[in-house]
Order: sequence, then structure tokens, then C-alpha cells
Amino acid sequence: MINALVKLGRNTLSVLAGVGSASIMLFQSIVGKPQPLKMFPLLIRQLYVVGVQSMLIILISGLFIGMVLGLQGYTILVDFGAEQALGPMVSLSLLRELGPVVTALLFAGRAGSALTAEIGLMKATEQLSSLEMMAVDPLRRVVAPRFWAGFISMPLLALMFSAIGIYGGFIVGVQWLGVDDGAFWSVMQANVEWGQDILNGFIKSLVFALVVTWIALYKGYTAEPTSPGISAATTQTVVYSSLAVLGLDFVLTAIMFS
Amino acid sequence: MTTRTMELLVGVFVAAAIAALVFLALQVANNSDATRGETYTLVAKFDNIGGLKVRSPVKVGGVVVGRVSSIQLTGEYYEPIVEMQISTQYDAFPETSTASILTSGLLGEQYVGLEPGFIDDFVMMLEDGDEVPNTNSAIVLENLIGQFLFSQGEEG
Repeated sequence: MINALVKLGRNTLSVLAGVGSASIMLFQSIVGKPQPLKMFPLLIRQLYVVGVQSMLIILISGLFIGMVLGLQGYTILVDFGAEQALGPMVSLSLLRELGPVVTALLFAGRAGSALTAEIGLMKATEQLSSLEMMAVDPLRRVVAPRFWAGFISMPLLALMFSAIGIYGGFIVGVQWLGVDDGAFWSVMQANVEWGQDILNGFIKSLVFALVVTWIALYKGYTAEPTSPGISAATTQTVVYSSLAVLGLDFVLTAIMFS
Repeated sequence: MTTRTMELLVGVFVAAAIAALVFLALQVANNSDATRGETYTLVAKFDNIGGLKVRSPVKVGGVVVGRVSSIQLTGEYYEPIVEMQISTQYDAFPETSTASILTSGLLGEQYVGLEPGFIDDFVMMLEDGDEVPNTNSAIVLENLIGQFLFSQGEEG
């Protein structure tokens, strides 16, 4: 009994210590004197690695998810003679939920795991220590540009995901299954609100971007500098970010749309 | 890969995101004038608002001119009072106008149908904060069925 309580207490403390040191890491890397000339080339490079290279997978999965939504939605809605409601169904589910969430999950798998492995390996090969030896702060030089790149590019990827998903729904619904072109867009426009749907979805993706990038960087930075340590850190990045995204999504949905 | 190519690709990436945002804003979201820009307030009392909700449209002849902004109970008899934000583009409703709660289609959402009344020398125009005097309440299906059954019972 006492042992169980001790274990609970120890686990709680270690979780809190983890959250605390992750916050300190994030704070130290992004707060400080801005050095735009030095940071900008690094940021561009990371935007390319994190954002541009994730674009293809995001666009293709967005297109297919939109097409599946169109197909499934049509088969159900046509029973009620309500196939004009296909437009709002596809666009609202993409803008509010699937766009931010699926983008965050794919982003955690595609870019988050890469960030963790890269920083973990930098640590294992003592590149981070060498930077410190040269009086370069690795948090500012290595972690900060990666954080900003993830935080900037994921919401942009989510926007692309929603847009191309809606186009996928349009291809299947209108051009293949024969829903009326005008009704598809006009019923969609009557139901989608700029602030309520698009902006809230964008805020969601900002939160997810923060969480996913943060977890990836922290896991890489604190990875045990061995092969199994880096592999475990990479796995934890994907698992923790996915769980955090799905859990936070429920909380955010409850706040925004209830 | 040279820095220039990388910068170019990042530029393409950001441009694609902006294009997606523009597409969502212009093609997907609601852009009708009635929900943006300057509005003024009209209120109307109903006996029963049925399934009317905040943000339900206010239509004149099927054209959206505004939205319901709040629904409350008022007075000692607890009458529902509906506050509507109407676009200032349509600011000349006479006080003989009628507000009814209608349903779009058999199962569709409910909206406020505003019908402009006649105008002569003695009729004033409704201004900001005024009440639409004539109203028709929502038709509640259960009440209709009840009346129908009742009349059937009387005949038989």
C-alpha cells in the first residue's frame, strides 16, 4: 500500500519535472535578444526541411480524405434526398476536425520523429557539446529555428490540407456522383462561417503545432545518447504527440463549438 | 542544394498556403453582405419561437438580410423576444411589416421571414431598436397534430 503510494508520488514528480524542464528548454530557446540576421537563414533551411518536405504527403492525404468523405457522405445523404448537404458536410468536417488533427498526426510522424532523431543524434555524437565549447548556445542555434519552423509550417499545412480536401470532395461529389455544382458550393457557403469554422480550425492547428514541435524537440534534446535511447525517444515523440493532439482536440472542440 | 533553391521552395510553400487560405475565405466561407458590415437592430415578440436559434437567418422574400442576435424571455408573461441584426443596406421597413417564424423545407432549419408592409403618409419607418409590431409564431407540429386529432374526435 505504502509502496504503491510512493510509486504514484514518484511518477507524478517525474512527470512534473519533465513538464518543467521542457518549459525551461522552450523558454530558453525562444526568449532572448532577437538576432534576425543570424536566425533567418537557419529558419529558412528548417522551413524547407520541416514544411516543404511534408507538403507532398499532406496534399496527397488531404485529397484522398476529402474524396472518401465525399463518397461516404454521398451514400448516406442520398438516402434522405439531401445530397446538397454534401458540401457543408465535407467542408465542416475538414475545417473543424480532420484538417488540424490529421495534419498534426501526419506532421508528428513525418517531421516530429525526424526532428527528435536529428537532435538526439546530434547529442549522441556530441555536436551539441561542441557547440557549447565554441560558446554557441545550442538551444538558440539548433532548437529555436526548428521550433519556429514547426510552429509556422504546420498551420499552413493544415490550411492546404483542408483546401485540397474540399476540392477532393468536390471532385467525387460533383464531377463523379453528380451532385449539383451550384448547390454544392452555395449550401457550403451558407453553412461555413469565417470566424466560427475557419479561424477556430486555424487556432486549433496553431495549438497542435506548438505541442507536436515542442514534444519532438524536448524528446530529442533529452534523449539518452545511445542507439536504443534515440529509437525510444523517436517512438515516444510520435506516441506522445498523437495522444496529446487527440486529447487536446476534444478539449478545444468542447470549448470552441459547444 | 543551393540556398537560393531552398528559398524559392519555401516561397512556393508559403504561397501555396496563402492560396489555400484565400480559397477557403472566398469560395468556402459565407461572404454575404448581410452578415458583415454595418447593421441595425430590430426586435420582435413571438408567442412561440419553435426551433429558432441565435444566428438563424432573417430573410425577406428568401433573401438573407440579417441574423438573429439574441433570444430572451421578457415581461411578466415571459414572452420570447427575438433581437435581429439587419444590414443597414435594408433600412426602410415600415411599421406595418410582419415578422413570421418559418421553416425552410419540411425538415429544414427555422428562420425569421420579414415581410415589408404597406406605406402611406401615416406609416413610420422602423428604426434602430424598434419593435416589429405584427408577428406570426412558429407552427409547432405537435400542436397541429393535436388539433387535427381533436377535430377528428369531434366529428366521429
